[in-house]
Amino acid sequence: MRLTIADLKKGERATIVDSSSEDIPLKLLEMGCLPGNVVELLQVAPFHDPMYLNINDSYLAIRKETAALILIDIINE
Amino acid sequence: MSKQINVALIGNPNTGKTSVFNALTGLNQKVGNYPGITVDKKEGICKLSRGVKAHILDLPGTYSLNASSLDENVVIELLLNKNDKDYPDVAVIVSDVENLKRNLLLFTQIKDLKIPTILVINMADRMSRKGISLDIELLEDKLNTKIALVSTRKNEGIPNLKALIENYKTLSTEPCLDTSTIDAEYFDSLKQAFPNQDLYKLWVVISQDANFGKMDRNELDFSKFKTKSKSELKRLQQKETIKRYQFINGILKEGQTIDVTKATGLRAQFDRILTHKIWGYVIFFVILLTIFQAIYDWATVPMDFIDSSFASLAEWIKITFPGGGKLTDLIAEGVIAGIGGIVIFIPQIAFLFLFISVLEESGYMSRVVFLMDRVMRRFGLSGKSVVPLISGTACAIPAIMATRNIENWKERLITILVTPFTTCSARLPVYLIIIALVIPEGRFLGLSYQALALMLLYLLGFGMAVLSAYVLDKILKTNRKTFFVIEMPSYKVPLFKNVALTVLEKTKTFVFEAGKIILAISIVLWVLASYGPGKEFNNAPAIVEDMYPELQGEQLENKVAAYKLEHSFIGIVGKAIEPAIRPLGYDWKIGIGIVTSFAAREVFVGTLATIYSVGSALDDDDKTIKNRMANEVHDNGKKVFTLASGISLLLFYAFAMQCMSTLAIVKRETNSWKWPMIQLFGMSLIAYIVALIAFQILN
Repeated sequence: MRLTIADLKKGERATIVDSSSEDIPLKLLEMGCLPGNVVELLQVAPFHDPMYLNINDSYLAIRKETAALILIDIINE
Repeated sequence: MSKQINVALIGNPNTGKTSVFNALTGLNQKVGNYPGITVDKKEGICKLSRGVKAHILDLPGTYSLNASSLDENVVIELLLNKNDKDYPDVAVIVSDVENLKRNLLLFTQIKDLKIPTILVINMADRMSRKGISLDIELLEDKLNTKIALVSTRKNEGIPNLKALIENYKTLSTEPCLDTSTIDAEYFDSLKQAFPNQDLYKLWVVISQDANFGKMDRNELDFSKFKTKSKSELKRLQQKETIKRYQFINGILKEGQTIDVTKATGLRAQFDRILTHKIWGYVIFFVILLTIFQAIYDWATVPMDFIDSSFASLAEWIKITFPGGGKLTDLIAEGVIAGIGGIVIFIPQIAFLFLFISVLEESGYMSRVVFLMDRVMRRFGLSGKSVVPLISGTACAIPAIMATRNIENWKERLITILVTPFTTCSARLPVYLIIIALVIPEGRFLGLSYQALALMLLYLLGFGMAVLSAYVLDKILKTNRKTFFVIEMPSYKVPLFKNVALTVLEKTKTFVFEAGKIILAISIVLWVLASYGPGKEFNNAPAIVEDMYPELQGEQLENKVAAYKLEHSFIGIVGKAIEPAIRPLGYDWKIGIGIVTSFAAREVFVGTLATIYSVGSALDDDDKTIKNRMANEVHDNGKKVFTLASGISLLLFYAFAMQCMSTLAIVKRETNSWKWPMIQLFGMSLIAYIVALIAFQILN
């Protein structure tokens, strides 16, 4: 099982590996959600949904169902 | 005629594009509609130098040339259509210095359309605080453009921007990238099929079709051309986006340095509290209470003043022009009362938009959306529906106007449809008098029954809104996928100019759009109540004097007025619908109140006051209306206002769609009569059934 953004813990950083799923809105890709870019989980609402992220220096919130489509490698710091 | 330069302001949301627009145009701006859709079209005039003016069009915020909403589609359709009268001579791309990387994506796309382009780097005053330094010369060279460093907050850089706009002819139209390299074979075949067209423009049209459905003004015929599948196109778009970011990253590596040690940000500290799992909600609740307080308490001072001013104006007209007859009456009782009915809502609407625009400008609203999205989603709504539902407790009209920023059409439509269930301020006078009539005094746990009843009605309104949203979510079908991406902008102190212009603009829209309809209805109502067929209406004074010879002066006048109303057209309507409302426990007089209430709910109390012919100058007015209503009996001697009929009436007013102005706004926002009609009949049917059940059980 590959990890996705939905698996991130608050404060954790990761590198995006794949964001090519059909169901990811193009808008998210345009905001920098692309392979190789760094994503950090800043805050979560109750039930871990929505998730407040910093992707490639853009600050945005997405729903967990979308986050679960974006594959990542966690950066161990 | 002086020369006008067509300028299009384009940029990502939250880049301060509107501030730049306001700085360029000041009060020389107007808001209209794009034909056929309800996207606001903001345009203004900016004086550049002697005899040279610029027509500035503030296009809706967009992240790229791939539209996912009607607002964004406007931008693309304009930029692809050289024959549009607003087609820009020069595009001004507004970017935020803190988000240059992402903002440049849109910039490179516009540049590739070969439109002369100026890059505005806004919020330049934040550079030192964020440890950002830019090599402007290098960036201008690499991006083939002119850059204006602007700070609307400190009012810097605007003259420079104006000079650049004036000299737009010297701008390069060299594109930034060659998109065709993402799939050379495909683009080659495109080129062969359409040899006279610009290759990038073709690509935008094709990918646009895949994203957003057919373009309105698409003059190209793709029928002979083999297109790619949707997923293939999407893959290509992803490839294009990656390529653009590579280009941008390469440039920024040389042209931008960020010293992270110098960066100070309040974002993290503020977010820790404002989006906290507990404190976030507590703070939101406190802000809500403050807004309620402002709308109910602070706004009453100017509202009372407006109310009494219009009453005295009407009185003054009647006294000053006694010989005017029907015309004087029409002006005093129809027109003035009608205009007063519009103007009285201005304080509440202004207060509401003051709060909303401050919360939006500061960046806090995105945090509320973040906090509430999960809860609202269960009911087919979005986190972004919170604002309209709160606003609805003041007035559904501004609330429905506030649904514009919900990108998802289904979520927006549901929000528009259910908002009128929330207890708006016009229901309040009706609730107050009926509760006072039928709910007994007494206390439960220290709270009076009457206060509890009022609170229950508010909860009932919210409950019904949420419940019907849930049902609509199950019924309505949309073919567009729902998605939710919300940018969390940095926190900023709101700019006074932006807030003031928003309040001014929204209030103006309300007064003129809704005002026209309210005014027309008031005049119609006045006519229906002031004329009647037959001799009963026309000989009313003589008949009443015959019937009550002992009456004198004001009492006699009141009796005549009541008799006239009973036999006026509207009285006849009341009598006609009596059989339908009998099962709910009402008589024809309440029927008239309900009919007139369809223009606006608050008319109910006034109508009943007239019908029950009260208003003795010596008594306290309210008390008299209440006593009169309390003593009102049916023909069989039973009281009209009992607990059963009172509850039935309260429930009817809680659910029925009795507001012409709301229907007018819904028509404007949805661009069709279908949805307001569904609201009118759906809500009124629910109201009727609930009131019927309540009366039959309680009676």
